[in-house]
Amino acid sequence: MAMTKISAAEIRKLAVLSRLRLSKKEIEGYQTDLSAILSYVEILRDVDVSGLEPTNQVTGLTNVMRKDELLDYNVSPDELLNNAPAIQDRQFKVKRII
Amino acid sequence: MIWEPISELAKKVQKGRITALSLVEKSLKIIEENAGYHAILSLTKDRALQRAIDIDERIIRGETIGRLAGIPFIAKDNFLCFGAETTAASRILETFNAPYQSTAINKLEAEGAIVVAKANLDAFAHGSSTENSAFGPTLNPHDPQKVPGGSSGGSGASVALNMVPFALGTDTGGSIRLPASFCGVVGLKPTYGLVSRYGVVAMASSTDVIGPLARRVEDAALVLEVMSGRDIFDGTTIERSKTNYSTLNNNLKGKIIGVIKEHFTEGIDTDVKKVIESSIELLSKNGAIIKEVSLPSVDLALACYYIIVPAEVSSNLSRYDGQRYGLSANDAKDLNDSYERARELGFESENKRRIMIGTYVLSSGYYDAYYRKAQTVRTKLIEEFENVFKEVDYLVGPTAPMTAFKLGQNTANPLKMYLADIMTVAANLAGVPAISIPVGISQNMPIGLQFMAPQCADHELLDIAYSYQENAK
Repeated sequence: MAMTKISAAEIRKLAVLSRLRLSKKEIEGYQTDLSAILSYVEILRDVDVSGLEPTNQVTGLTNVMRKDELLDYNVSPDELLNNAPAIQDRQFKVKRII
Repeated sequence: MIWEPISELAKKVQKGRITALSLVEKSLKIIEENAGYHAILSLTKDRALQRAIDIDERIIRGETIGRLAGIPFIAKDNFLCFGAETTAASRILETFNAPYQSTAINKLEAEGAIVVAKANLDAFAHGSSTENSAFGPTLNPHDPQKVPGGSSGGSGASVALNMVPFALGTDTGGSIRLPASFCGVVGLKPTYGLVSRYGVVAMASSTDVIGPLARRVEDAALVLEVMSGRDIFDGTTIERSKTNYSTLNNNLKGKIIGVIKEHFTEGIDTDVKKVIESSIELLSKNGAIIKEVSLPSVDLALACYYIIVPAEVSSNLSRYDGQRYGLSANDAKDLNDSYERARELGFESENKRRIMIGTYVLSSGYYDAYYRKAQTVRTKLIEEFENVFKEVDYLVGPTAPMTAFKLGQNTANPLKMYLADIMTVAANLAGVPAISIPVGISQNMPIGLQFMAPQCADHELLDIAYSYQENAK
């Protein structure tokens, strides 16, 4: 089986893309894990799939429609804001963007 | 003492022969007595007691409550639920109070059921042992040195410990059936789309399903009957062809059951193999026709699964950013820092592992080689299922190649942990229904038998599992 080797730089790039912060030790650990997992899935490489389309979902449902009408969820905006780490003037408050 | 069958218990409550309050109190007492197994993350005690009192008062007034009158149950802690936090066993949702409830719980409550507690799981349902819970693992009721399976390990253990007549789980790649097998209970994964997932923490949207864990097939069937059906809040729900799942037929005569050849090759524990072979013999002795069948791509299912699922995970978990709800780092210096800090502190290492695998296989340059390839092999697998179901009514085999393993045994090697799902993931990729029922014991540890049926043949699936259960008595 072909071995896939993931570098520390690749792990760091994936971490940035995924908004994850990793320690040096974690980076090393994930290098080993991801290399092993991606090597395992190499068994798919030589599978003949000519003439087949990818499957995205299995229900066969297409264009599920519903009426565009107002529904009562019995939830007030204040209740939704209760879970927020920080609010101001009934709005979510976030850290500075630039 | 095992709880009486749910339908009988509910009738007794409705007739006023026992009270809903006494059932809820009994359940809460058993939960408390077994706290050491850590199957439970939180109690919905106050709300449960109040609901029980209300139901008892309505019964005195002569009202009809429903098919689950007064029945206590436990929900896996990834179901949004009133009365306690919904944490998904993660730090990032540790203090999250659901502002609305999942459709599944609403439907059960509408028939009189009462949620009493939230069960432990692998954080965000990522795992096969419940060891990935941010709040510590659940112990197997048959041997506290061992895992209960996962990710619905708390649900499986809670039913095995008789805390409740049934518990809810979610199954993305075996997360209901594996704990059912390891804990010696019934675990049902319905056809994809049969039960609404509205209000359940999403893991991999193309394979996630909701289902019950119970002590008897008929109990699981009744719960499915109540929960299933179209939901305008979940556009992936399908229409049901039959709805009377709890009317079960004990009949094995002439049923054609395919034994999956690939599930009896290397890697299967010899005791598990022996027990499964003798249970297949029981099916045959009682009139079923046993046929060996081959699903060549089933050996590729796990590799497909560990591409497709992390891909969907990486997308579904991007919403946890610590801004609108969940854990947040107060001292973050800017927005990006606050995202990264919340996710660093809030996710378990398995969550991060899957997010990164998913991000990798979806990256430009790798997308075709990994994600698209896996989705196409998935088509091949589905075609093999369709073809084999032209020849047989059911497929049968072990739920897992082993019995419950020791705590800590596989935690250092994620790939080895993933192999616990090798016999369960195919049903999720194909969207077909599957059930695990307890059929034997090896060195005190339970062994589960798995049946699979064609898409939407959930009733037939429950029939065959029920037939086995009755013929094994």
